[in-house]
Amino acid sequence: MAIYPASTPHSERHTLSVLVENRPGVLARIAGLFARRAFNINSLSVSPTERPDISRVTVTADVEQVPLEQIIKQLNKLLHVLKIVDLDNTDAVERELVLIKVAANETNRSDVLEIVRLFRVRVVDVHPESLTIEATGAEGKIDALLGLLHDYGIIELVRSGAVAVTRGPHALSEKVVGSEIRGR
Amino acid sequence: MVSPTPLQAFSAVPKAPTKTSKQTLVDGEKMTGAQALIRTLEDLGVQDVFGIPGGAILPVYHQIHDDTKFRFVLMRHEQGAGHAAEGYAVATGRVGVCIVTSGPGATNMVTPIADANMDSVPLVVISGQVGIDSIGTDAFQEADTVGITYPVVKHSYLVTDAQDIPRVLAEAHYIARSGRPGPVVVDVSKTAQVGEMYYSWPQKMILPGYNPTTKPHGHVLREAAKLFEQSYRPVLYVGGGAMRSNAGAQVKELADLTDSPIVTTLPARGIVPDSDPKVLGMLGMHGTLAATAATQKCDLLVAIGARFDDRVTGKMDAFAPAARVIHIDIDPAEIGKRRQPDVPIVGDVAEVLDALNAEIKRGQAIRGATNLKPWWNLINSWREKYPMKYDEATPDGTLSPQWVVEELSRQAAPSTIWVSGVGQHQMWASQLIDFENPHSWISSGGLGTMGFGLPAAIGARVGSSRDFGGKKPVWLIDGDGSFQMTSEELAAAFIDNAPVKIAILNNSVYGMVRQWQTLFYDKHYSQTSIRDGENTEDIINVPDFVKLAEAYSCVGIRATTQDEAKAAIKRANEINDRPVLIDFRVYKDAMVWPMVAAGQSNDTVTYKPGVQPLLHNDTSDSGSDSSADEPQTDTDNAIVAAGAASTAQSEK
Ligand SMILES: Cc1ncc(C[n+]2csc(CCOP(=O)(O)OP(=O)(O)O)c2C)c(N)n1
Repeated sequence: MAIYPASTPHSERHTLSVLVENRPGVLARIAGLFARRAFNINSLSVSPTERPDISRVTVTADVEQVPLEQIIKQLNKLLHVLKIVDLDNTDAVERELVLIKVAANETNRSDVLEIVRLFRVRVVDVHPESLTIEATGAEGKIDALLGLLHDYGIIELVRSGAVAVTRGPHALSEKVVGSEIRGR
Repeated sequence: MVSPTPLQAFSAVPKAPTKTSKQTLVDGEKMTGAQALIRTLEDLGVQDVFGIPGGAILPVYHQIHDDTKFRFVLMRHEQGAGHAAEGYAVATGRVGVCIVTSGPGATNMVTPIADANMDSVPLVVISGQVGIDSIGTDAFQEADTVGITYPVVKHSYLVTDAQDIPRVLAEAHYIARSGRPGPVVVDVSKTAQVGEMYYSWPQKMILPGYNPTTKPHGHVLREAAKLFEQSYRPVLYVGGGAMRSNAGAQVKELADLTDSPIVTTLPARGIVPDSDPKVLGMLGMHGTLAATAATQKCDLLVAIGARFDDRVTGKMDAFAPAARVIHIDIDPAEIGKRRQPDVPIVGDVAEVLDALNAEIKRGQAIRGATNLKPWWNLINSWREKYPMKYDEATPDGTLSPQWVVEELSRQAAPSTIWVSGVGQHQMWASQLIDFENPHSWISSGGLGTMGFGLPAAIGARVGSSRDFGGKKPVWLIDGDGSFQMTSEELAAAFIDNAPVKIAILNNSVYGMVRQWQTLFYDKHYSQTSIRDGENTEDIINVPDFVKLAEAYSCVGIRATTQDEAKAAIKRANEINDRPVLIDFRVYKDAMVWPMVAAGQSNDTVTYKPGVQPLLHNDTSDSGSDSSADEPQTDTDNAIVAAGAASTAQSEK
């Protein structure tokens, strides 16, 4: 039954959206659950939402179905967790922000700029020996961009981790009764 | 969420007056947070509190007076306070409450908190915390209590504002006892304790993320009832969750309706009286042969508030291999955690069983009940052939520990509450005591905490005085090793007038570990001899338990023969004004049988050295299968080889 570690090289990518009360210590409780179950997180982002009392945690991870169900159940037991969904890739919009510092000098700068133009991403910093590119998009696009830039030499790279929402007019928080309390 | 029209969106007129986030409460009685804390406990109906004071909780202790509505039991170690509160909670069915100081006081509570978490014991632990200006500065006696306890609590709070105290405590108390019970930590900063607030009662709880399901869905009940109709070898596998839900009557009704045998986990011993012919006893590593065998051979396994712990299942893949599974639990996360059930039922065990029993009755009114005669013939043949047996005579003339347990049970009042430490004595207690009442067996199951016994017994005794006028005597069966982990609580037992009766099965060793060393580690007895009851002249005997008891004004008695033992037990049963300790000198190489070696299939269960009935496939009900008594030769199971070797020395 139990499959541990929960993440293996062939596991499928899942995106979990977790609505939590906006209180100190919530992230530690959530992260602790993942860690204890050898759940290898690919990315994790936490930020405020349309409601001041609620924060949203987006976790992407490569994980097997059975341990995923167990971790969702365990997360649901945390009192500060209000709602969890395993977002279906076809029914959700997923984006990530990446900053890429590429080694680019006068000989190859125009080649890099061509890639920047093709991908409709932006250059946010220019130096005689480097270009810093800001890109947003779904995982596939970012991976493709990085693949092309790789040959020029990536000096530094930072990714925000994915954020995602379902398509259509509904909010995940619609049925969540507020928490009112902001402290612990 | 309504999307604004463009006009509204750019309108300069604010849509609604914005509420100020900080509500200024002026209703209620003005007092300090510390006063509010005590008042809240009173208003929650808390009657007994365990703990030890200290600087960071002093404002709270300052508010405990002679007219405070709860009794305070002063323990000698915070771990003791925690286990006492656990024993109290299990014996009374109410929430156990502790108040301790910050830093070392709080860290000493980690073991009982983890223990309560594993065994789903309702506990509220209130700890002091340094003032908010000092939090995070490594101030004197500061520890991140909430952080340390995250992984082992049901929930935790850090309270920094006096005004929050009544609400948080009300929530904590509710969380601890509702749903799947468990420990809740409330870490109260000194700032909140001395701060001023306005007290009002009752409090509105704010728990948007907490909605335990107690009522089962209709269709799963029908499916479960159908599985019963289709099964010829059902087993009810009953765990601690049934005990927490107080579902003894419902379990018995289900067993009677469906003619199913009952097997229990360690915490569920006594859920239905052992005198009931449907009860086969405990299953698993040290369970009865009949209980373990019935579970292995069943075609329907009904897990009732049980969580498929590895001490129960042995090798998971080989556990009850032919069975379809109905799993009833209040915690959805338990369902499918270790084994995928065919019918999952989330809900409070008692409520679920009431509904299920009604559903089964409806079906039986139409179709009649299934005839389980062949199943019972098989079970009864196991029971007859493989009863709980032990050698009453020992090679060195010391007492047989199993005999002592049986004698304690024979002489005890039927209302006795039994408590144990952790080790061989715990298993023998579970195997050999006749439990006739639920909530009368208190033992550390999930965490297996040595040192649990004495403080838990004190807590149970406090609960017994509170709820039953002290009419339920409390017997602790402890090991010499376990007892020494919290023996300082003899002081609390005497001074706080908790006249517990203590039976130490003194084998001079960490018996359970020694058993494993005997069986699996070539009899290399590394660090398991504790020399506290050696008969040999040249070996030190530290401590002398009789003198230790006397040092704490308790009665101490030593028993080395059966006659002495009988007399000592009789005397102990007559003493009710102070704790009594009996130091029973027992055989150090006695072993707990039956046994399934850790990680092995339950099919390998060894009834006694060399006898593995399930490997012989002794599932006929002929009752004359003599091969069952021959030693196994066709298996490489370590327990057989090692066990057979020890037969020679231990059997005669
Ligand atoms: C706090 C703690 N430390 C260590 C253990 C490991 N352990 C399990 S049983 C046992 C020996 C128990 O000895 P004793 O209390 O004398 O009981 P006996 O087995 O001899 O009946 C030990 C050391 C434990 N369960 N708990």
